[in-house]
Amino acid sequence: MIDKSEVKVSVKNLKKHYGDLQVLKDISTDIYKGEVVTVIGPSGSGKSTFLRCLNRLETVTSGTVVVDGTDITDKHNNINKVRENIGMVFQHFNLFNNLNIIDNLTLAPVQLKKCSKAEATERAKKMLSKVGLSDKAESYPSQLSGGQKQRVAIARALCMEPDIMLFDEPTSALDPEMVGEVLQVMKDLAADGMTMIIVTHEMGFAREVADRVIFMDGGYIIEEGTPQEVLLNPKEARTIDFLNKVL
Amino acid sequence: MLNIITVYGVMLLVALGRTLLLALLGLFFACIIGLIFGMMGVVKNRASNIISQIFVDAIRGVPMIVLAFFVYFGVPYLFNTIIGGFSVNLTALQAGTICLALNCGAYMAEIIRAGIQSVDIGQMEAARSLGLTYGMSMRKVVLPQAIRTMIPTFINQFIITLKDTSILSVIGFPELVNTAKNVQANTFMSFQTWAIVGIMYLIVITILSRSAKVLERRLSVDR
Repeated sequence: MIDKSEVKVSVKNLKKHYGDLQVLKDISTDIYKGEVVTVIGPSGSGKSTFLRCLNRLETVTSGTVVVDGTDITDKHNNINKVRENIGMVFQHFNLFNNLNIIDNLTLAPVQLKKCSKAEATERAKKMLSKVGLSDKAESYPSQLSGGQKQRVAIARALCMEPDIMLFDEPTSALDPEMVGEVLQVMKDLAADGMTMIIVTHEMGFAREVADRVIFMDGGYIIEEGTPQEVLLNPKEARTIDFLNKVL
Repeated sequence: MLNIITVYGVMLLVALGRTLLLALLGLFFACIIGLIFGMMGVVKNRASNIISQIFVDAIRGVPMIVLAFFVYFGVPYLFNTIIGGFSVNLTALQAGTICLALNCGAYMAEIIRAGIQSVDIGQMEAARSLGLTYGMSMRKVVLPQAIRTMIPTFINQFIITLKDTSILSVIGFPELVNTAKNVQANTFMSFQTWAIVGIMYLIVITILSRSAKVLERRLSVDR
């Protein structure tokens, strides 16, 4: 599935400070078209910040982040245009509480004039059936379970027809019995060839779905490679230590 | 008491009408001022945050009666005499409207700022992550949610503003209190006059707050 000829996201010497606190110290990596990358590491290691730098929800202190050929650290580039192409799924779902599910899905495509209201509604219905929630179109977010909310959140991102999907701990806020349904949707998405970058604590999922695992700690990428390399035969002491604690 | 009602009843009702007119005008402009300064308080711009805060602090720090004298007497004096060459004259209604708009506007700005900030930051982030602009995200996602939480405080502020119109009797606008003073001077029936005026305010404000409760309940129906 990975197309090594096309780099979708290129990160070079990315640094991020909050005042004196250095969250990301020096991150460089390339993510290819169709690649599924999972980012693991202890809390406070900078994984979520790293992910949020990829669509500039966090401003970058120094370094470059090039998405589809556009340097998003350059203030002259229109970040909104780039974001239309990068879907994001959050730990706490962040569905729009004032809108019903179908309006959650059609808001951005219609507002950004990607298509007519009718086309957007049609696509939204298709996406809802893809995540198995066709019957919830008229419901409000408060009426859904956590797992349902997260599947809607994925469908909402997909309605913009992005090339890249970012997942920020998508299952961490879910009850255990709802984790499976969300992971299944993500597996389907990976099988469709979506470029995905996933911050997760689901080691089983990382092992099964990821093309590459990145282990971060203290603002650095400590180790990266295939799931076999990083999860089963880690070389770095910190990776071994972390995996011993979580597995 | 009957005497006052039969002789002065219509006069007092007309005065109550002026009170309501003044309150509505004041509230209308207060909403605009509140929205402007409230938004200036939340946008990511240090200068506009500071300007908003200074405005709010300045207005809140001055009693409304002082503001009324300042706007009605002070400002025309500044232009006509101190600077000279201008002819600025405000009617009592204009000055009263300005005072109410500024005073209530400052409180509204705080209500709007707090209301917007009470909406989870994730709502804005999710909207922005889809490519929506800041303005679109605000209008379509954040403000609709903020307004629902603001409504009870808004209504409370409306009632305060309606009562504050009585302060403007000092600059001679013939609203309810100002008119009642004349009635009292003519009749010497202080008890009856102020009892009637009190009841008039009470009725209007009770109607307002009751209908507000109904509105609030309708809007907060869990969806």
